[in-house]
Amino acid sequence: MTDASVDAKIVLHADDFTRMLKRIAHEILESERGADDVILLGIPSRGVPLASRLGRLLAEIAGRDIPVGALDITMHRDDLRAKPTRAIQPTEIPGGTVDGKTVVLVDDVLFSGRTVRAALDALADLGRPTAVRLAVLVDRGHRELPIRADFVGKNLPSSRDERISVRLVESDGEDHVAIEQGPAS
Amino acid sequence: MKHLLTAALGRDEAIALLDSAEDMHEVQSHQLKKLPALRGRTVVNAFFENSTRTRSSFEIAGKWLSADVINVSGSSSSVSKGESLRDTVLTLAAMGVDGIVIRHGDSGAAALTADWLAASHPQVRVLNAGDGAHEHPTQALLDAFALRRRIHGTASRGKGLDGVRIAIVGDIAHSRVARSNALLLPALGAEVTLVAPPTLLPTGVETWNTQVTTDLDAAIAQQPDAVMMLRVQLERQQGAFVPSVGDYILGWSLTDARHRALPESTVLMHPGPLNRGLEISSKAAEAMQSAVLEQVTSGVSVRMAALYALVAGEDQA
Repeated sequence: MTDASVDAKIVLHADDFTRMLKRIAHEILESERGADDVILLGIPSRGVPLASRLGRLLAEIAGRDIPVGALDITMHRDDLRAKPTRAIQPTEIPGGTVDGKTVVLVDDVLFSGRTVRAALDALADLGRPTAVRLAVLVDRGHRELPIRADFVGKNLPSSRDERISVRLVESDGEDHVAIEQGPAS
Repeated sequence: MKHLLTAALGRDEAIALLDSAEDMHEVQSHQLKKLPALRGRTVVNAFFENSTRTRSSFEIAGKWLSADVINVSGSSSSVSKGESLRDTVLTLAAMGVDGIVIRHGDSGAAALTADWLAASHPQVRVLNAGDGAHEHPTQALLDAFALRRRIHGTASRGKGLDGVRIAIVGDIAHSRVARSNALLLPALGAEVTLVAPPTLLPTGVETWNTQVTTDLDAAIAQQPDAVMMLRVQLERQQGAFVPSVGDYILGWSLTDARHRALPESTVLMHPGPLNRGLEISSKAAEAMQSAVLEQVTSGVSVRMAALYALVAGEDQA
């Protein structure tokens, strides 16, 4: 995810983000019947700020705190040895356990599905959640594994030659999603 | 980073390793401690010198990362049949191992190993687990890790040891722990003072990035943030460096009186094993017992981070 270049097309703006996340929050509350045992786990790096935003929106609607944490998947990646060693990011499980919880994984882009597979493995090492759901801001297609998202902000059918660049206020100073020409990352 | 032969790391490099160790530390509270990062990798612990804690620490670290760990010790290997270190190392490498953790009584053994492997087995990574009186980088990293945790608690990530004043006391000349710490801690921003009898200060110590004194009481009067007592290494000393054990205790042991003179907040450290009544009084040893055990736990995390950094990534031919 690089800086917006000349041939980048911005497809989602800041107000779209709020609308999409609000809708996802409502969908989570509806499908998880009030979200009593729900914890949100963001996948680093951009899933983490998205999870805290979603957590705040959920808390506003539900009228109580929804625990939010982070789940690093680096050591569970299937391409670990194909690349130079990647830095590990912190994992933070609110309340210390995922046992008996409904874990909603939060990430920015759903692409091959390999990140989610790694996240499922990482979760299994931490305990036994009652259920695991997946919420993503953008689903761009091109799945390589039998994985789908339960909550999707926006379906963005894209070509493999394009890059989907997600920028967030927390990490990049602005909210937008752009489609850029260039090899998919 | 290709090998871990020395604690002479850059600040950013050292902090990245310590941060990674924080994440590894957290894994120890998980239900399932095993991580899959080194699955299918083989790590050999080649220990040509006695060690319990370092060897088992590396072994546990490798196993928790799912590596296959093999232990080779000096007495049970062909070294006892007269095989040279070079031949032993090349034999191990030829078996297709990914990492060699080496402990050897001779200074420079780890660096030599890396050199020997460079031509024929460039993909093998070497970790120095102590070479003679030279270096012990993972010990320095775990000391830095434990100290950073004592000072910053759970908010340690990304931080150095800026302005932290540490006195390292004892046989500096023969101590690889002291040498590695004297390289690493100042790189992290700490101010290190070495305290030793004049005969146990290494030659060239004035060129190190540290203060040097022979007066332990003066160093204690400075109220350091941490005091690291080194073990009096009877096995590494040839000849008389101090007139008698009594003289050593009088001048450079952490006695009850010196322990009382230190502020409550001073962190007491010791790389272990302890010689109670020699470099540290029994009472002072009791007071630091929890910190010593904490250092042992930290050791596994730091070694996991080191193994991960070196062995997990792409194969570099």
